[in-house]
Amino acid sequence: MLAEIARPRPPAAFAWRRLRRRPVAALSALVLAGLVVVAAAAPVLAPHDPYALIPASVLRPPSPRFPFGTDDLGRDILSRVIYGTRISLEIGLVTVTIALGAGTTIGLVAGYYGGPVDALLMASMEVLLAFPQILLALAVVAMLGPSLANAMIAVGISGVPVYARTARGVTLSVLTTDYIQAARALGASDGRILVRHVVPNILAPIVVLATAGMGISLLVAAGLSYLGLGAQPPLPEWGAMLSAARAYLRSAWWMATFPGLGIMVMVLCLNLLGDWLRDLLDPRLRTAL
Amino acid sequence: MGQFLIRRLALLVPTLGGVTLAVFLMLHLTPGDPAQIMLGEFASGAEVQRLRRELGLDQPLLVQYVRFVGRALHGDLGVSIRSRRPVAREIADRLPATVTLTASAVAVAVAAGVTLGTLAAVVRSPLVDSLVMAVALVGLSMPTFWSGLLLILVFALSLRWLPITETAGVRALILPAVTLAAPAAAVLARITRSSILEVLQQNFVQTARAKGLVERRVVVVHVLRNALVPVLTIVGLQAGGLLAGAVIVESVFARPGLGRLAVTAILARDFPLAQGIVLVVAVMYVFVNVAVDVGYGLLDPRIRYR
Repeated sequence: MLAEIARPRPPAAFAWRRLRRRPVAALSALVLAGLVVVAAAAPVLAPHDPYALIPASVLRPPSPRFPFGTDDLGRDILSRVIYGTRISLEIGLVTVTIALGAGTTIGLVAGYYGGPVDALLMASMEVLLAFPQILLALAVVAMLGPSLANAMIAVGISGVPVYARTARGVTLSVLTTDYIQAARALGASDGRILVRHVVPNILAPIVVLATAGMGISLLVAAGLSYLGLGAQPPLPEWGAMLSAARAYLRSAWWMATFPGLGIMVMVLCLNLLGDWLRDLLDPRLRTAL
Repeated sequence: MGQFLIRRLALLVPTLGGVTLAVFLMLHLTPGDPAQIMLGEFASGAEVQRLRRELGLDQPLLVQYVRFVGRALHGDLGVSIRSRRPVAREIADRLPATVTLTASAVAVAVAAGVTLGTLAAVVRSPLVDSLVMAVALVGLSMPTFWSGLLLILVFALSLRWLPITETAGVRALILPAVTLAAPAAAVLARITRSSILEVLQQNFVQTARAKGLVERRVVVVHVLRNALVPVLTIVGLQAGGLLAGAVIVESVFARPGLGRLAVTAILARDFPLAQGIVLVVAVMYVFVNVAVDVGYGLLDPRIRYR
């Protein structure tokens, strides 16, 4: 019996067990997995070429041949929405990787070394936090110039200070624990303590932050594309597609409907999953988000 | 209270110093020569040199920064590259429209968010609670540039209740304000709900009930006043976010404002104009948050002694 309890269960199996108790979160995990499959299998799933112009079928309403209708250039919207899943997942992963990678490193270093390093790093993070996230992203795009790659960098950078602040806070609390004292006493190097003992213990809140943060990143990045500052035509990016739809609102409601639905479903699932992860891993963050 | 106010205002100095430094560095952290970028690749060397001199880019960094701050304090934000008009004038022309939109959105967000959050927490019905929280989650997950388009589709094009082409007047403000307010209202509803649930467990609430107060009076007099203190902080944070979020909503509803100006400036690589807008919005954000902190101190005397 005791051996049964002591054997650690694989984390994935543990998460799945807990997930089954919250059907909404389980469903959103499933939908997200489905979106990943759609993105991966886009060439197989898309009924048409997302870039192919079909002059005879301009602004067609939804029909069996074009389930989501066609746009002003006669392109199949369903195929474009399917390919857009790829771009959005890519945006989500790239932006969160930038924000999480840079932010966590800064927070770890600041928390671990303290003193002037901490003061300097955190002062610069405080300055970045003095800008609303959209404004920060706009400022970075203003510097780098409008393009999808630059928009991803901008959104990534705009998320850095939040991760840095959280990582620093958790690092400070981990550093007071006995096992860090023990590792120090045993003569472990700074690098070893950071990688082997601090990082695994600050992961939980960072993962919570990353899940909810990815939803926000997607919204900001799609917003930049909507403004014409991110993905450029003819790329089937959801925000850029909505931007094109605006001129045809009166005649083609379907152009403005389906790409937005894509963004909302993806962000909603990330938010639901984020809420669940937060309750599961770190209830203290409840008020912080 | 006086001392608290002075301490809080003193904190503004490093914050504003940092903000101006960050905005100043925007130009210098840009990959490549900003003068060349602004003039385009066909500009001659002499033209580029002249612009560099005009912008003071030939001076040492520290001199440039001190000049930048000094001029900003006098309301001089430089000259727009495209329109050749003073940046401060360009911004002053567009600012009122953006501030009106943001202020209306804040009002809508607070009214809707606090009401819904209170409803979810106080009405003892799991159905109402889940329904309100579900609506909040959807509101949080909808991009404003999509909800705005949908609102135009439904209320302006199908039902013809509200105008889309007008940009002046209260009726023209309704859809943009609601669009901009939705995500903030969702955040406020969630915070209000959890804050009220927390306060409801306090001893003084039990006391109020024990002395025979009607439940409505318990909620309004004892719970709300305490629960709304953390909500206020979030309102401050959201207000600044809405000011920046107005960029997108203005573009959806074709309203002239700072947001559209910012997009034009970025597309035209007009650095002085872009810098000016970023600086003005960031400074407003900082001041809104200070105002909220001060309001916080007024509401809750305990804060002042921290």
